[in-house]
Amino acid sequence: MRKMTYRDAIIEALDMELARNPKAYIAGEDVASKMGGAFGATKGLVDKYGKDVVIDTPISETALMGMGVGSAVLGYHPFIEIMYMDFIGVCMDEIMNQAGKFRYMFGGQMSVPLMIRMVGGSTVYGAAHHSQCLESMLCHIPGIKVVWPSTPADAKGLIAAAARDNNPVIVVEHKGLYNMVGDCPEGEYIVPIGKAEVVREGADVTVVTWGLMRHKCMEAAEKLAAEGIDCEVIDLRSLKPIDTETLFASVAKTNKLVIVHEANKTCGLGAEIAALVAESCIDELDAPVVRVAGPDTSVPFSPPLEEEFRVAPENIIAGVKTLF
Amino acid sequence: MSYDKAFKMSMYRNMLEQRVFEKAVQEQYEEGNIPNSAHLYLGQEAIAAGVSMALRPDDYILPSHRGHAQILAKGCDMNRMMAELFGRVDGYCKGKGGSMHLAVAEHGVLGSIGIVGCNMALAVGAGMAAKKNGTGQVAVCYFGDGASNRGTFHEGMNLCSIQKLPVIYALENNHYGMFSDYRDMVNVEHISCRAAGYGVPGETVDGNDPWACYEAAKKAIDRARAGEGPSMIEFMTWRHNGHFEGDPDAREFLFRDPKEHEAWLKRDPIVVVRKQLIDEGTCTEDEMVAMEAEVRKQVDEAVAFAHASAWPPVSEVYTDVYAD
Ligand SMILES: Cc1ncc(C[n+]2csc(CCOP(=O)(O)OP(=O)(O)O)c2C)c(N)n1
Ligand SMILES: [Mg+2]
Repeated sequence: MRKMTYRDAIIEALDMELARNPKAYIAGEDVASKMGGAFGATKGLVDKYGKDVVIDTPISETALMGMGVGSAVLGYHPFIEIMYMDFIGVCMDEIMNQAGKFRYMFGGQMSVPLMIRMVGGSTVYGAAHHSQCLESMLCHIPGIKVVWPSTPADAKGLIAAAARDNNPVIVVEHKGLYNMVGDCPEGEYIVPIGKAEVVREGADVTVVTWGLMRHKCMEAAEKLAAEGIDCEVIDLRSLKPIDTETLFASVAKTNKLVIVHEANKTCGLGAEIAALVAESCIDELDAPVVRVAGPDTSVPFSPPLEEEFRVAPENIIAGVKTLF
Repeated sequence: MSYDKAFKMSMYRNMLEQRVFEKAVQEQYEEGNIPNSAHLYLGQEAIAAGVSMALRPDDYILPSHRGHAQILAKGCDMNRMMAELFGRVDGYCKGKGGSMHLAVAEHGVLGSIGIVGCNMALAVGAGMAAKKNGTGQVAVCYFGDGASNRGTFHEGMNLCSIQKLPVIYALENNHYGMFSDYRDMVNVEHISCRAAGYGVPGETVDGNDPWACYEAAKKAIDRARAGEGPSMIEFMTWRHNGHFEGDPDAREFLFRDPKEHEAWLKRDPIVVVRKQLIDEGTCTEDEMVAMEAEVRKQVDEAVAFAHASAWPPVSEVYTDVYAD
């Protein structure tokens, strides 16, 4: 299959969706600059679509998100870029109380077709204000969908799906993945929201994850295989809604569940996943659920500290081994 | 105003320390000793020098993300600052903060920020504390032309105004917010005109002239100490380097006009003031050379100190989450 970077896959998906939908537009800080935003994920699009479709905004995340919600309600399909996920506090009211609630509280009169792209995660020593994984806060909000692609193909397919959804969909991109090269289908390609991927089939334990951690889990799974532990690795891809069918089927097969996420452990999405399994198929488990997650601290700056904070394959291996 | 020799030499030394320190940061970044990146202050030294010379040691400052020099100018220790940028244990934040999150509580430095513009709201709190202390302290909030478009500008300035809080909003207009020219991001020539809307005095001064910066700061600080409330000063300036170290604009001029850049380089505050002090007979070339050697030595020592400082122990990840 054709290979491309995660970044180029994002640009291609945005390009195809802008071309397909005359109501779509991109807005964000420096998205129309020659750099194509802080991560180059909109590079070149302004040359093709012009400054009325790829719109640079001031450092005004509140107004930026308000523009997204307001115009979405009136029939447009904005693709809003928030540079770092850490900045969503600045526009949380627009996300939480407006985007997520308009359809419901106004009795279904209107919809909010809005894609919000943002960058999460550590890897570059960005410290407390440029490294967070805040997905579980977003998943807690009714009316919002959340996806986190971890490969170029998923980036393309999930952005296409988000761009065609009639609801606010948050697409989290991982800053450690932009340069990752991988397979990416040509032409129209959609990954449906709500569909997980079984990345590796295995018989002994289900390892559920998303984002950058998918790759760490795969590294761990290969090492564990050498020691005779056969992991089934599931990349959720959609964090809300969660593909419970795939999750429960895997738990029924392996009878063991390890949840791996980069975000802080307490109230992380792992808690929700464990609860879903406990509610629906606790009888299938023959051991306690294990969570391998970031510590309940901010992300520290100093390299050895960030590296200690991060979930590494060794942590995942140790977590899995507690079950064997 | 006329100043004595000691004052003039202190002003120049303050700027020079910032300059030599930031040049060293650039070198150390290029050698791979400073993780992530750094937003350097090169070219803007007259502002922090002018403001700091008008401050008392017990005053507060709220630095921006381009904060090293603002912090240094307040009288903080170079060694501990450099160690922080290296992520070492002897840094002011034990290596947990880094370039963008640097606080020095003992010097009233409330901490530079990764969430651009958040300090314009926090400054209200510093102003409230200063007012309640009843000690005549003031708080200076440094922010950029880009940050001036955050909603916190509006809310912060208005609340300071009605409460007559001793806050100085120090806008460093270096013409660019990341890759965007402020002339595309606001529809006024001078952002200081906005102050009138809050009943706050606002003026625009030459940010490359330390004497003008000092005089404007002094006036605003005197007003604040007298209980008359906040002021806003817009300092017009230019950053010599890119937005961050590693920004291609530094060499390729993707965003800035090289002619405009050249014109501003001719107004380099270090070069201009050095010449001025010698030409007017305030000091001799030899005195200057001696001072420069001293500062060079001080900065070399800071770099050596940072190199010699240990990495923080990984147990530091888990400390400082809550106060006792
Ligand atoms: C809330 C928020 N939005 C965006 C950013 C990304 N960002 C960091 S610095 C910067 C530009 C700031 O420009 P300005 O305020 O003019 O300060 P300067 O860098 O010129 O000193 C931007 C957009 C951020 N850190 N925080
Ligand atoms: Mg600026």
